[in-house]
Amino acid sequence: MTQVERQQWDVVVVGAGGAGLRAAIEAREQGLRTAVICKSLFGKAHTVMAEGGIAASMGNVNAGDNWQVHFRDTMRGGKFLNSWRMAELHAKEAPDRVWELETWGALFDRTKDGRISQRNFGGHEYPRLAHVGDRTGLELIRTLQQKVVSLQQQDFKETGDYESRIKVFQECTVTRILKGPDGRVSGIFYYERESGRFFVIESPAVVLATGGIGKSFKVTSNSWEYTGDGHALALLAGASLINMEFVQFHPTGMVWPPSVKGILVTESVRGDGGVLRNSEGKRFMFDYIPDVFKEKYAQSEDEGDRWYEDPDNNRRPPELLPRDEVARAINSEVKAGRGSPHGGVFLDVSTRLPAEEIKRRLPSMHHQFKELADVDITAEPMEVGPTCHYVMGGVDVDPDTAAALGVPGLFAAGEVAGGMHGSNRLGGNSLSDLLVFGRRAGLYAAEYARDAAGSGAKRAEVDEEQIAAASAEALRPFSAEAGAGAAGKDGDADGGTRPPENPYTLHQELQQSMNDLVGIIRREAEMSEALNRLGDLRVRARRAGVEGHRQFNPGWHLALDMRNMLLVSECVARAARERTESRGGHTRDDHPAMDRDWRKQNLVCRLADPAGGALPAADVPDPERGQIRLEKREMPPIRPDLLDLFEKDELVKYLTDEELTE
Amino acid sequence: MTTAPTTGYTAHFKVWRGDDEGGGLEDFEVEVNEGEVVLDIIHRLQATQAPDLAVRWNCKAGKCGSCSAEINGRPRLLCMTRMSVFDRAETITVTPLRAFPVVRDLVTDVGFNYEKAREIPSFVPPEKLAPGEYRMQQEDVDRSQEFRKCIECFLCQDTCHVVRDHEENKASFAGPRFLMRVAELDMHPLDAAKDEGLDRRTSAQDEHGLGYCNITKCCTEVCPEHIKITDNALIPLKERAADRKYDPLVWLGNKIFRRKE
Repeated sequence: MTQVERQQWDVVVVGAGGAGLRAAIEAREQGLRTAVICKSLFGKAHTVMAEGGIAASMGNVNAGDNWQVHFRDTMRGGKFLNSWRMAELHAKEAPDRVWELETWGALFDRTKDGRISQRNFGGHEYPRLAHVGDRTGLELIRTLQQKVVSLQQQDFKETGDYESRIKVFQECTVTRILKGPDGRVSGIFYYERESGRFFVIESPAVVLATGGIGKSFKVTSNSWEYTGDGHALALLAGASLINMEFVQFHPTGMVWPPSVKGILVTESVRGDGGVLRNSEGKRFMFDYIPDVFKEKYAQSEDEGDRWYEDPDNNRRPPELLPRDEVARAINSEVKAGRGSPHGGVFLDVSTRLPAEEIKRRLPSMHHQFKELADVDITAEPMEVGPTCHYVMGGVDVDPDTAAALGVPGLFAAGEVAGGMHGSNRLGGNSLSDLLVFGRRAGLYAAEYARDAAGSGAKRAEVDEEQIAAASAEALRPFSAEAGAGAAGKDGDADGGTRPPENPYTLHQELQQSMNDLVGIIRREAEMSEALNRLGDLRVRARRAGVEGHRQFNPGWHLALDMRNMLLVSECVARAARERTESRGGHTRDDHPAMDRDWRKQNLVCRLADPAGGALPAADVPDPERGQIRLEKREMPPIRPDLLDLFEKDELVKYLTDEELTE
Repeated sequence: MTTAPTTGYTAHFKVWRGDDEGGGLEDFEVEVNEGEVVLDIIHRLQATQAPDLAVRWNCKAGKCGSCSAEINGRPRLLCMTRMSVFDRAETITVTPLRAFPVVRDLVTDVGFNYEKAREIPSFVPPEKLAPGEYRMQQEDVDRSQEFRKCIECFLCQDTCHVVRDHEENKASFAGPRFLMRVAELDMHPLDAAKDEGLDRRTSAQDEHGLGYCNITKCCTEVCPEHIKITDNALIPLKERAADRKYDPLVWLGNKIFRRKE
């Protein structure tokens, strides 16, 4: 049996982005010894890619803003499929989470009277996004990183050891959540990228903060880390996922040159005055304002333009509709043959703002286009098109405590958690989500761990068999070449003489399939085809083989990530095929309308064979049957005082008659 | 190569491969397409010729600072170096950062930087202000905001000659990135370090090795964020520190500065 080094911590946080670091800071401030495990170097998390800002109704720019207005905007953006309790907590707590960052050293852009400046963004009624130019995510990560360091400095003064109470295990990947015989979390199993060695951390509480799943799609704004690890770990540990059919395609990604296709172009370009035009020079968004938003958006270019200066007497331009609407509109224009030369549309800020102003407000966009595409955005339009950006779906959690339902000791926050954003997330609501629910997850994980210790009950034991199974699973890609016997057992007709598969090729095929068949516009037959291909890829992924040894071997890492990407891709495809309506980040060509009956339905994904959850994925008996079971679940009715925040005329568009008369 | 400018071509690469026990340059012939950056080529090598070639990267958009390496001897981000800046016949040599110990191939142990980060005393919040009560003018935060653009790619730390070939200086020198961090906090309008008896300027000199810097501006030259590390952070810090301590380089720096203006 492999000898695996073990450590004990009170709380383990998986992921060091905004949610993970905020959770870790909270757990440590609650007095618990906290370990953070992350795939990259400390401070490199995907959160740095967030550009626009943090949504919080501080009312610094427009005093009319408050949590109720923010709540309303969030529910509208998510087409009322949001967990209303999460949306409420989020809107109420976001301002405190932003102000707290200032006390840790963050430097936001300022208003004239010295407060935190706030900018306009799609779907937000008032200027609401606290920002630093267009690099807000970097500021957030650096501030949290530096707060962790300051806590370590305090601990050093007291204990002589920087890492006595909070430690970051960087460049480590968790492959399994471990559980005791009573079903409680007992720890995690991970490998260190640098050495390839395996480790176990024993801990009663684990917070998942691993981000999203975008690397399963070909055109994406997401980094290599976004392989759905937390989603898959939760499933394998027996938890459930909700809303997996809702994937946000950000309307504006770069489309050219090919090597940068998908890289994000911030929504701030539109928030600050940028407009979308087709090849005929037309501002086409005016043709795409859906009925539910008709009263809230400008009907003419003049009115839209006046809004920037006089928002109280004019309505906002339709370029600032929620992202799902804008992405679909761009897709339609390109399909109708009115696209730009490289298959996108034009996003123009050059004729809208003076060059100096563009450079001041959008420095990293200016830099990005200049360096990567030879385009000067102060002088010419950008070419943009939709890119896979964010998954609304995630771990099924308790709204108040972030505890994963059904797995005591497991928590989830940030993109990996589901519910908060319903069917579509508003820009700016991600960074605030990370802070609000990151803190909550850290707080309640700490409380759980403390109670577990205080009750005198022994920590759940880490089971040797689980460690052995996890080790075997992680080492499998190294024996793929010699795996004739194993392949035979898997049922290959030719007796298992097939050669090992290249993990890079498998990954590319997965990305292409998801992009083509479960992308921005979906059809039933295509999603069934996707499920077939996923089944085939899953069988082939068992033979994913790698060369070389275990030290920093990216081919090996990718081979292991494939398990997670295949699991979450199946969730997306299966749930998307099941939901026979169009809503938010889920658009069905064959069911183009929103259906009020679907409004209160969540699709819940679970592992089909829970017993298989403790075994390597390769031993799941029948690959054709798939690994995921779907179940419909009714959402709890929205609390009456929250419903009262909306006009009846608006609610009629979303809720069933039955719900309205109650 | 005689291919038309819009189509692909084959480039000659030399990539350093090895680990802490040694290694060398390995030759590759690899396809290059229009608009690609060096990181795309490294990824193509992984996918087609060297699946275990180790490289760090994340965002591929110049925002995370992970893919730092040396291209033809110059510290750069692999994701922000376009292939079009090289002649097609040129051999492109990619090596790991020289100032840090190699882990494997293009991946180095950058732990030095994390140690130094811990040695810089953190922001001290003003005691009398509650969260939400902070008021600062934009012009007063501009300077520190420039330094907070830093993506921690550590190219400045790699190129700085104080440590690049002088391992022995590492213990007493924080490097440009973290001296800039001291400057950032020193210029923060609400930092209350003084109330705790901490003078950031003297500590830059006494604790973090500011005196080693002889303002050759190598750090500024390699900064992918175009932060004026030397002019805006290090020289002002030296001037401020010099109120208490004589530093001949400040005098020299001022001379150089004025001549340019």
